[in-house]
Amino acid sequence: MHENQHGSHDVSYLEYQGKYKGLLGWLTSTDHKRIGLLYLYTILTFFAVGAILGMMMKLELLAPGKTIMGPQAYNGFFTLHGIIMIFVVVIPGLPAVFGNFFLPLQIGAPDVAFPKLNLFSWYIYIAGIILVLISQFAGDGPPDTGWTFYAPYSFQTGTNMLPAVLGAFVLGFSSILTGLNFIVTIHRMRAPGMGWFRMPLFPWALYGTAWIQLLATPIVGITLLMVVAERTLNIGFFDPALGGDPVLFQHLFWIYSHPAVYIMILPAMGAISEIIPTFARKTIFGYRAIVISTIMIAFVGYFVWGHHMFTSGMSGTALYVFSLLTFIVAIPSAIKVFNWISTLHKASINIQTPFYWAISFIFVFMVGGLSGLVLGALATDVHVHDTAFVVAHFHYIVFGGTGFAFFAAIHYWFPKIYGRMYDAGWANTGWTIMFIGFNALYAPMFYLGITGMSRRYYDYLPEYHGGNILSSIGAMILIIGLIVVITNLVRSARKGEKAEANPWGGKTLEWTVPSPPPLENFDKIPTVTRGPYDYSSEAH
Amino acid sequence: MHEHRDDTASKIGMWLFIFTEILLFGGLFIVYAVYRYKNPVAFHLAGEELNVMLGTLNTVVLLISSMTIAMAITAMQRGKTELSLRLLYITIFLAILFMVNKYFEWGFKFEHGIYPSSEYLQSLSRGDILFYGLYFFMTGLHALHIIVGVVFIGFVVYYIKKGKVRQDRFVMLENSGLYWHLVDLIWIFLFPLFYLIH
Amino acid sequence: MSEEKHHIVPFRNHFFVLLALLVLTVVTVAITWTNLGPYNTTTAMIIAGIKAAIVMTYFMHLRFDHKIYTIMVVLVLALFAAVLILTFLDYFYR
Repeated sequence: MHENQHGSHDVSYLEYQGKYKGLLGWLTSTDHKRIGLLYLYTILTFFAVGAILGMMMKLELLAPGKTIMGPQAYNGFFTLHGIIMIFVVVIPGLPAVFGNFFLPLQIGAPDVAFPKLNLFSWYIYIAGIILVLISQFAGDGPPDTGWTFYAPYSFQTGTNMLPAVLGAFVLGFSSILTGLNFIVTIHRMRAPGMGWFRMPLFPWALYGTAWIQLLATPIVGITLLMVVAERTLNIGFFDPALGGDPVLFQHLFWIYSHPAVYIMILPAMGAISEIIPTFARKTIFGYRAIVISTIMIAFVGYFVWGHHMFTSGMSGTALYVFSLLTFIVAIPSAIKVFNWISTLHKASINIQTPFYWAISFIFVFMVGGLSGLVLGALATDVHVHDTAFVVAHFHYIVFGGTGFAFFAAIHYWFPKIYGRMYDAGWANTGWTIMFIGFNALYAPMFYLGITGMSRRYYDYLPEYHGGNILSSIGAMILIIGLIVVITNLVRSARKGEKAEANPWGGKTLEWTVPSPPPLENFDKIPTVTRGPYDYSSEAH
Repeated sequence: MHEHRDDTASKIGMWLFIFTEILLFGGLFIVYAVYRYKNPVAFHLAGEELNVMLGTLNTVVLLISSMTIAMAITAMQRGKTELSLRLLYITIFLAILFMVNKYFEWGFKFEHGIYPSSEYLQSLSRGDILFYGLYFFMTGLHALHIIVGVVFIGFVVYYIKKGKVRQDRFVMLENSGLYWHLVDLIWIFLFPLFYLIH
Repeated sequence: MSEEKHHIVPFRNHFFVLLALLVLTVVTVAITWTNLGPYNTTTAMIIAGIKAAIVMTYFMHLRFDHKIYTIMVVLVLALFAAVLILTFLDYFYR
């Protein structure tokens, strides 16, 4: 086949054979690119599992009353759907896949700061997943608390909370270590000449995200341990009978889980900030503003968690302060949207698959973001809290936001990762079907929620039937679109046409190395003399 | 793949890990603050049941151990490997002393029927239940970190003997010192919050 | 960030730091029995804060390290303080 050990510069990272061959070589590799792919395959697998769970829920909601499952089963479904989508898919999401793969390449480094820790993080991630899966099968039934594990039910329910809670704890640990690794990498391993303000926007996004991963996750970690102590030792922290306050659980839980949504969205925005200039063939508008907005989102995002708890019984002062801060945190996101649009102004746009995803991201993210303002305002929130409106909001933001950005990123960086190109026709068809399905699935939920349909119920009043039919059909269309998109990618990874080093004309460092990159990334670490996205004619 | 040695990266990494620990315990301090605010009298009365002498002794023990590990670094920097090792042994000894004290303290409480989910504890006031719940959870988690710290220092001792940690390469020793000081820092706050409420 | 020259702290400095910490410990224990009313806890926390600052500045070497470490520590502690305060906006005003 190929010559092995020698010339790690000649052989791509996909073909390199080190001490171990084949599958074992992949499972023991500390190469950031391989680790990125390990995460990619795990995430895609569990995204499929989560999507199937979602589809089953939509089937149940196709008609009032019991359709295919009763209430206990439904509770188990939305719990597992949430745990998998949040902790296994979206939070690791872009950082674990594209951060691992492209952070070193984009800053001109041979790997991350702690490659062995990186591989260890993936193994911890797998251990967390196994624990979550155990909760489904062992003992007294799958957890039914929702992914939010609210007290006191989370310690009163007879279902398998312990493995689920511990699984989430372990998954959090993986997230913390990834964040730690990325912070040190960005501080220490940028190529000569790459000052902070010459760094591309994706690494900047990863940097902000990494700090959130590092500082917010421990709080949910300790909170989950407290739930374990409640269940095993009756410790009483959240048990009213023993003097505890269930609302304190909510505080601690959301102190992490709100910043967690910025873990989800910041890298997504970072990827979009890479894609837009490349296809606009024009430098990004307002690079510094985007950097500052990234930091502001990461920072202010720590202080808005109470908006998840407006109806839980907090003091009036807390209500006003959290509502005000929530409105403030929306501003930097809006700034980014303005900047992306402004980049497109008078640009010579190259319309390709990643661009479709990026543009649709901006649309759905805006819908989701604006609906967040309805939720952030106290008077309207009281009306829509715990209704389908909230479900629509966060799916627009998380699936539309992070999810679409993930698809944008995979279609953008695919040629670099595999050295092959996918079929653009199928990719664009898949995108179209997904876009239609996505909106058909979630848009009706805004209306259903405002008119009063509750979330997390397997049943609803007959007046909501029409909207639910439309929504469930949307889900089926979306799934078809997903199948088209993923099949295209999987086929093309093996059999697609060979791709060149820089098929899109990108200006960041990853496009200067071969597709796929050699093991060591760069023959010689480059010296950087200009900012990213330099499309002026003197640039190469 | 060769790996460049970057001591500064290691040190930053250790500090970042310390930040996660600060936030981890921070969550518990938030719980403590809320429940003490809501149950001032019960916390006062329960606090008086703890042994100030033992608490103070443990505080002193940990402070001294912070000094000894800091001195171990100085010794290593000056090439005095034997001295460094001895200081590390003393640090470990002090840690064990702390754990022994803890064992007696907790033992006292258990003998009196005070432990999470005990019948006696459940019969006390809610403030008492919360106080002792926090006491056992926080000092227990802290004790777990002492054990981890001792293991970490143990590894450093091993690597010193193997010559892998030495005068020109001691970032692992420094990092174990940072971790150990963190353990000390947590206790510096636990001590007044549990033992000195009078 | 440049490599720090490895600054060596003399043994006696460590010893004096310990002395300061022990003195503060004695003080904080003694103060427990003087009645400062509602300020007992505040005082105890301030003293603990000073002890912590001493441990971080000297034992943890922040004094002699690149400023970035101190900045990070301060920011992280500020973040924690802000979260604590925001939580109390609920409990204090209920």
